[in-house]
Amino acid sequence: MNLAEGVQLVSGGILAVMMIVTALGVVLLSNIVYSAFLLGGVFISISGLYILLNADFVAAAQILIYVGAVNVLILFAIMLVNKREDFKEIPGRWIRNASTGVVCAGLFALLGTMVLVTPWSVDSTSPAVIENTIVEIGKHFFSDFLLPFELASVLLLMAMVGAIILARRDLIPESMPRQETISTSLTLPERPRELTSIGATSGEEN
Amino acid sequence: MNTILLLTIGKEIDFQESFVRILTDWGLTAGVAKAIWLPIPMILVIVLATLLALVATWLERKISAAAQQRIGPEYIGPQGILVPVADVVKLVFKETTVPRQADHLLFTLGPILVIVPIFLSFLIIPFGQQLIISNIGIGIFLWIALSSIVPIGALMAGYASNNKYSLLGGLRSAAQSISYEVPLALSVLAVVMMSDSLSTIDIVAQQSSQGILSWNIWRQPIGVVIFWIAALAEAERLPFDLPEAEEELVAGYQTEYGGIRFMLFYASSYLNLVLSSLIFAILYLGGWSFPLPVELLASWLGVSDTAVWLQPIVFSVGMIATLFKAYLMIFVAILLRWTVPRVRIDQLLNLGWKFLLPISLLNLLLTALFKLMVPILFG
Repeated sequence: MNLAEGVQLVSGGILAVMMIVTALGVVLLSNIVYSAFLLGGVFISISGLYILLNADFVAAAQILIYVGAVNVLILFAIMLVNKREDFKEIPGRWIRNASTGVVCAGLFALLGTMVLVTPWSVDSTSPAVIENTIVEIGKHFFSDFLLPFELASVLLLMAMVGAIILARRDLIPESMPRQETISTSLTLPERPRELTSIGATSGEEN
Repeated sequence: MNTILLLTIGKEIDFQESFVRILTDWGLTAGVAKAIWLPIPMILVIVLATLLALVATWLERKISAAAQQRIGPEYIGPQGILVPVADVVKLVFKETTVPRQADHLLFTLGPILVIVPIFLSFLIIPFGQQLIISNIGIGIFLWIALSSIVPIGALMAGYASNNKYSLLGGLRSAAQSISYEVPLALSVLAVVMMSDSLSTIDIVAQQSSQGILSWNIWRQPIGVVIFWIAALAEAERLPFDLPEAEEELVAGYQTEYGGIRFMLFYASSYLNLVLSSLIFAILYLGGWSFPLPVELLASWLGVSDTAVWLQPIVFSVGMIATLFKAYLMIFVAILLRWTVPRVRIDQLLNLGWKFLLPISLLNLLLTALFKLMVPILFG
């Protein structure tokens, strides 16, 4: 085993462990902001695995789209609309947790057997031989993957038009009664501070 | 350095090959020699990038002083050149404090997330024909992808500080860099379209045929302006430094930071400026190519292409040319900072989405059109 293979093996192991740990953190942590930041960690480890598979363009696109756009938008949404609410203890909560666990384990078993059972047609040409991955991806996009590519772009266009219509208030008919309510959900997620310093300056100490 | 140069006289300079050869001559195996070589260019580039950023902070002081008819730093070293060093020493030895109700882990992680992608982006910067860490195929796309990680660090710092100014600064930083990434990527795409490659080496090679006349700045007059505006916004330089606008937000997401953690933010802002200027020089000002092709000059002077001493001269001219162009753009950025007032946040977002985005799409279409119609001029 030479140097390159050793580095690939070790970094592959590190990336896999990192991905599983961060993904578990996203699901299990109760603080939603931590979950969102850890989601970025999941995306970055996936992109690292792409690099190990010689898919450099896909790796960079993964970082640009998932970390740079999706994750930032998720964080943005969480930080702008941060409703801090203490939920009541629900009696019999463990039943929910247990059933969720069962469903997740079932899904995992299903997908696992699917991966193992399916006879994957593995292309024997090593991706390391391909000189320029972008050129190859482009050729596939405009030959045998043309229909999925065009359909995906039409779908994205539709989503964009929908977002613009939602954002443009003047397109929504004025007939519905407008009520401006100031909701507390738009407060900034600053944790309440103890006002000790203010109390001290105004002479109410002790 | 001299021995390496002497070993490779008369052909293209390949540092790795000569270094490995020297080590194997000493009796090491080729694998060990390669393992010793691997970290050297990375460390060199990190040190070089830091030095360039330190020089940029000194230039900022001197040029801002000149813009305000002051003298600026004068006593620490000749012309105050050692001021950045004093800055670093001060910040390193300062006590690092964390606000009591801040989130300790995220507070530390924020500045690291901001500075690491910027250092990584120096991977693709060619300081000369051979002076690049890795000529990877995705080249300039890597820079765009990595620069999109930076707002996460800013958001993290803003959230963890547990301070309204910090949070607003972090949110502004994220909004700003999301909106300006799009015109930036589109203007880069127009250049990429002309050179048929994302690799920075190819982009420069495509511009170096006719000297100054073949630089992209003449072929991309709209793209140059869009790129520079978007790059300034990405680097949070003054017409667009809303995330840390002093009058409104104290210092934005850096408000609660001090000591080494603050130094990371400060360094990353100047590293980002240096990086953007270097990429501007590569994309539009012909990278390491001299205004007159060096080969042409050599033939005028009657020197043959294969002359023994020509390669090192071409090499150093290339490196000096890259750095000179980059510092020219840094000078422009600093001058802009001290002469142009800050825009408002709504003006900033309007400029990005309603003006720069359509114009950069138009620029892309025009470039494609000209590439089809005049393929000789447009790659």
